[in-house]
Amino acid sequence: MKTIHEIEITTTEVILDRKPITVQESGDKMLVELYRRYVGDYPKFFKMDTLSRLGFIAAELLLKQSAISGEQSVDAIILANRSASIKNDTDYLATISNGNYYPSPALFVYTLPNIVAGEIAIRHHIQGETAFYILDTPEQLEQIIQSTLQAQGTTQRTALAGWCECSEANKFYAKIQLLRTI
Amino acid sequence: MIYCIGHSIISSLGVGSEANVAAVRKGRSGLKIYHDRYADVEPFCASLFDTPQEFVPLCVRCIEDAIGHLSFDICHLPETIIIVSTTKGDRLDLITPAKQIAAHFGNPNLPIVVSNACTSGVCAQITAKRLLEAGMYEHAIVVGCDLQTRFIISGFQSFKALSPEPCLPFSPDRKGLNLGEAAATIVYSRQPSAGSSRPLWTLEAGSIHNDANHLSAPSRTGEGAYRCLMDVLQGTTPEAIDLLGVHGTATPYNDAMETIAIERAGLQNIPISALKPQFGHTMGAAGVVETIICMLMAKRKDRTAEVIKMLSGFGGVNAAIRLKI
Repeated sequence: MKTIHEIEITTTEVILDRKPITVQESGDKMLVELYRRYVGDYPKFFKMDTLSRLGFIAAELLLKQSAISGEQSVDAIILANRSASIKNDTDYLATISNGNYYPSPALFVYTLPNIVAGEIAIRHHIQGETAFYILDTPEQLEQIIQSTLQAQGTTQRTALAGWCECSEANKFYAKIQLLRTI
Repeated sequence: MIYCIGHSIISSLGVGSEANVAAVRKGRSGLKIYHDRYADVEPFCASLFDTPQEFVPLCVRCIEDAIGHLSFDICHLPETIIIVSTTKGDRLDLITPAKQIAAHFGNPNLPIVVSNACTSGVCAQITAKRLLEAGMYEHAIVVGCDLQTRFIISGFQSFKALSPEPCLPFSPDRKGLNLGEAAATIVYSRQPSAGSSRPLWTLEAGSIHNDANHLSAPSRTGEGAYRCLMDVLQGTTPEAIDLLGVHGTATPYNDAMETIAIERAGLQNIPISALKPQFGHTMGAAGVVETIICMLMAKRKDRTAEVIKMLSGFGGVNAAIRLKI
């Protein structure tokens, strides 16, 4: 398995293939800054919760870097984190608090961690596998990625895989790779 | 190839796979109408435990029932992995309860939680198959569980996805889904000798595909579900399948999508099983509960059978597995 490209996004830094990208903003605003600079033509971005925005931006920059898109080029999206969709779950809970009960379907749909994988699949027309795992440590993900790609056959496979986490407002971390089997 | 060496279901219909399948055979349903279970929430129809359950003890009890007949202590082994399938875990926390389950059984490995919306229970079995076949583990305990809360019911109501009365999968009069709660366990092993009775079901194939179409509405062409069915049909023929366990949520769009996918895959003449009228939609448990019921219902006189279980969920994800005995 070979890493083609790698991106790491913290609340203050973006590192693409080991080179930092200059950003003015931090936290949630930084994700919007990156969207405006590198994407700009996908207004659905503003409907997304932070976890989805994070994964979306990471995938966008990775795939731009490799100049690949389309269903033939990515076979699997395999993401994981420790806190599932807790940030958006908390936001949804606020819409059903006692005495202020207006459950929001727009928020409810993001109360599942795998939605970020779905957002990336829709954006890039990836009809391969999408999967989300909740793990205690990022190291556990290696076994899952390896066994997933191994099970998909002997032809060359490409996967977007890695850690994508947003535990509270303005607190997130992503480390996602574009991987290819040899 | 991996072997099913044990299983269990705990639902409002009973404790243990046999009790649940007997209830299904008698046509019993766990669905009831609840008027004031949760503050502010409109009346709803669901299959809930009479006595409210807690996530970790319920999963523990279900695993104990699934492994009780084994002649060795499977849980303590370093070659056993525990895989939890859930969407909302224990009050939104998914990893802590999984670790508590592993700790309870003294399992030395960090557990894996599969959270792939409504397809989780099938995806977790696929994860087990891959890890075992890659030689990373010898045994996998797959436990699926979700308990209903004000959070979930209010969300599905806000989506207008719930039927106020018992659901009617694949009926022209279907009005939506009913939620449910359950725990279910399947124990898989690379070693057929690990099971106490033969013959054993084998998990032959598994596939996951995204529609890449919409987050909360299924594809009009059933693309992801169709691709999953075609993948799991490799190595067999539609005619060889005895039973197709559909998702059958009874929402207008889901059942229409599944019908298209089933026809495209050439499975339109195979008997289908839609179990939501018995169990409700048990979310993270659904794939495990419904796989077990399909296995127990499908066995032919010559004790051979082949079944497919399919599911679809939010995020555009679809999954299917094929099992054989």
